[in-house]
Amino acid sequence: MTGPENMLSKRIIPCLDVKDGRTVKGVNFVDLRDAGDPVELAAQYAQQGADELVFLDITATHERRKTMIEMVKAVARQLNIPFTIGGGITEIADAEALLNAGADKISINSAAVRNPQLIEQLAKAFGVQFVVVAVDTKLVDGKNWVHLNGGRLITELETEKWIKQAEEMGAGEILLTSMDHDGTKAGFDCGLLKKINDSINIPIIASGGAGSVDHFTEVFQKANVDAALAASVFHYGEILIPDLKNELSRNGIPVRL
Amino acid sequence: MIDKPTEKAIGIVNYGAGNIFSLTAALERQQIPYGMVNTEQELQMYSHIIIPGVGHAGAAMEKLKQTGLVEAIKQLEKPVLGICVGMQLLTAHSEEGNADLLNIVPLQTKLFDRELGIKIPHMGWNNVNFTNNPLFKHVKPDAQFYFVHSYFIEYNPIFDIASVNYGNKFSAAIQKDNFYGVQFHPEKSGQAGEQLLKNFSLI
Repeated sequence: MTGPENMLSKRIIPCLDVKDGRTVKGVNFVDLRDAGDPVELAAQYAQQGADELVFLDITATHERRKTMIEMVKAVARQLNIPFTIGGGITEIADAEALLNAGADKISINSAAVRNPQLIEQLAKAFGVQFVVVAVDTKLVDGKNWVHLNGGRLITELETEKWIKQAEEMGAGEILLTSMDHDGTKAGFDCGLLKKINDSINIPIIASGGAGSVDHFTEVFQKANVDAALAASVFHYGEILIPDLKNELSRNGIPVRL
Repeated sequence: MIDKPTEKAIGIVNYGAGNIFSLTAALERQQIPYGMVNTEQELQMYSHIIIPGVGHAGAAMEKLKQTGLVEAIKQLEKPVLGICVGMQLLTAHSEEGNADLLNIVPLQTKLFDRELGIKIPHMGWNNVNFTNNPLFKHVKPDAQFYFVHSYFIEYNPIFDIASVNYGNKFSAAIQKDNFYGVQFHPEKSGQAGEQLLKNFSLI
């Protein structure tokens, strides 16, 4: 039987910042009853054709874990696409609670830098497919260095070396955010993304700099990344996912329509 | 979750291999009654059985053995659906942990070949070439399903009901008599996945 040609789709991933169980940053969907409700927002994105979602927990209080678990359960009840939870995961128990609440993947960032063995432990306990290593990178003196605390704290880790190490230790996927591009809406850091992508054998999600539909086309064509993530352009309705995917498809990029 | 198994309900084999929250949530959204199977008696009480599973196939098989349900599962004559590693368990052997599995379907579960220039795991949405099978009823030909796996089931036209190409051609779904398996995650595959779960409940 001849069927459609198989091609793994490039994924479009909206990222939602969550604080105390509520989404933050203004959201501009007219038909949302409650734009702060992560469950309703997530369902809306799934409906629009998002391939996956990332929730980033930016809560700083001790109560955070319980609130987050409840949110994850509520999202998992509603959502029929995969989602990743990031923020504040420092030990196996955190990850296990999220897994049992229905999260498909967890993303670790500074905890992995401070304790690289955590990647290995998580991969061993739950499988590599569960472990996303998020890396914030910034150019300093002509080289890309891993940064922590939203780009404020430089580390001694060179970005490419660190990502390779993370892969070796069991990361199933890399979420790479260029802090130089993040918030600029001037496009993804295609040069760096291509360089990193060519040097690893696990999926990579591009993040930081999305401002237009063309930027997505560019990052898939130039860097051949597996997925592209953005926040505000989706939240403010500047880019609608169906329009984006149609345009990508017209440009010959495999997407799920 | 239902309190008492009824004539039409799915029993989920509860053997501790991965999270089943998303699966039960998907069944609830489809209003498909379900319950948990921990004992042989419970295995007999449901009209349909799902074997879920994520993670390591060899480890999953060890956990399944610990339930004492292996022989009873092999004898089942009602519809059984293995999902992801649950599907791989239906095969004879996996390269993951060099493990002998249930051998309900005489196929091999193999590791993707890195030399093919593909990324591992196979992660994301892919379309499948499915045959005219009740499991795929009302599923659009270009529908995509969500995959995440590093090991695959070899393609064999006798048992294949949906194939996919990633590095090489392999089985995205198989069937032997009353035993079905899907490599992708229907509970995470949007409307197409929900349709598939509904179809299974109606077999």
